[in-house]
Amino acid sequence: MATKGKDALPPPSDPQAQTESTAALLRELVAHLRQNRTQLREEWARRITRAQLLTAMTEEEIFAEATSVYDNYVEALETGTFEALQAYARNLSERIIPRGVETHEVVGIVLLLRDVLARSLFGKYHEDFDKLNRILDAYEPAANRIANTVAVGFVQERERIIRQQQEAIRELSTPVLQVRERLLILPIIGVIDPQRARQLTEQLLRAIRTNRAKVVVIDITGVAAMDSNVANHLVQTVEASRLLGATVIVTGLSPEIAQTLVTIGVDLSEMATVGDLQGGIEEAERLLGYKVVPQEELAPRA
Amino acid sequence: MEVPILKQGHYLIASIQSALTDADLSQLREALIERVGRFRARGVIVDVTALDVMDSFAVRTLRDIAHMARLRGSETVIVGIQPEVAFAMVQLGLTLKGVSTALDLEEGLAFLDRQMQLRIERGSGRIERG
Repeated sequence: MATKGKDALPPPSDPQAQTESTAALLRELVAHLRQNRTQLREEWARRITRAQLLTAMTEEEIFAEATSVYDNYVEALETGTFEALQAYARNLSERIIPRGVETHEVVGIVLLLRDVLARSLFGKYHEDFDKLNRILDAYEPAANRIANTVAVGFVQERERIIRQQQEAIRELSTPVLQVRERLLILPIIGVIDPQRARQLTEQLLRAIRTNRAKVVVIDITGVAAMDSNVANHLVQTVEASRLLGATVIVTGLSPEIAQTLVTIGVDLSEMATVGDLQGGIEEAERLLGYKVVPQEELAPRA
Repeated sequence: MEVPILKQGHYLIASIQSALTDADLSQLREALIERVGRFRARGVIVDVTALDVMDSFAVRTLRDIAHMARLRGSETVIVGIQPEVAFAMVQLGLTLKGVSTALDLEEGLAFLDRQMQLRIERGSGRIERG
């Protein structure tokens, strides 16, 4: 790669002069890139297609994005500021992440651009080796920083989206519902990890308080697997609810879960369990003193 | 700070207003147990709504009160445990086993009323059989 051989160069003697000449070299470089914009951009887009990157996008889209990236790239080289590029990278990521673009593709295309430009520099300065060296000295750190900025921008955006979705899933997945006066149901679906168990308990306790619930039915039909940790969380939730004066009924333990719990020896003697949600609600109604009677029985025909 | 103990019908109500030292808690226990006899109370309510921390000594004292009061013929119910406190207690393994709890004072009174009812019904049943 182009970065090799750079370390072998003697260190610059005068940093001040070096900075100045770097700026001058970058200006020259930018002029070259502007001049050959069309050709380099096409070469880059071709190499993206050949490397089978960004397969989720059409050729036109790739070309359009390549143009914007190219211009932003040159601008970053010219001004030495990366804010605009950073903002663009974030914006680009926001648009392409939902379409399934992977991290390696984004890093790949930026590195490809770096290589395409380095090649063109080779082509231009191959007769003057000394000049080529100096141009590359100016180009490489800036180019690497750009690649870094774009990659980091992409990953950050991705992480932000993941966090956002996790949060959304969490909130969606723990509804506490009131079915009757003083009767709540809490259907649990999916995997219970310690963090979710904690959030679940806190939500339930708050709901018990605000709804003045006396009985809570926790339905775990949607929980696929259970280990001792999850079972302990469940026991803790039951205990904490009891401290607030609410009785908890757990329903929907699958045969597998029942076997697991007995095999690993979790003490569930404190927990009231009923087979299914219907049974749980009926039991809860009994505890609350409700009696559900069909209409005909209430008003028998004369 | 001394905890005021109010008499309400057959029940005694101890309403804790601020954080208590261990000495205060012991004092509360002794006062309650003594008054259960003096007022011939059938039920005791300890309201802990104002507490936002509950350490092991406090929990043990509450449990002791409940057990001692039961020996003196009175049912105890702890009311007003905050959600956060309940969560912390369970995490620490302080679960007040064998002690009745209720959401708030109103619930506690309703609970004791029900307990009394049960006792009376059970009592009359025995008489009928005799």
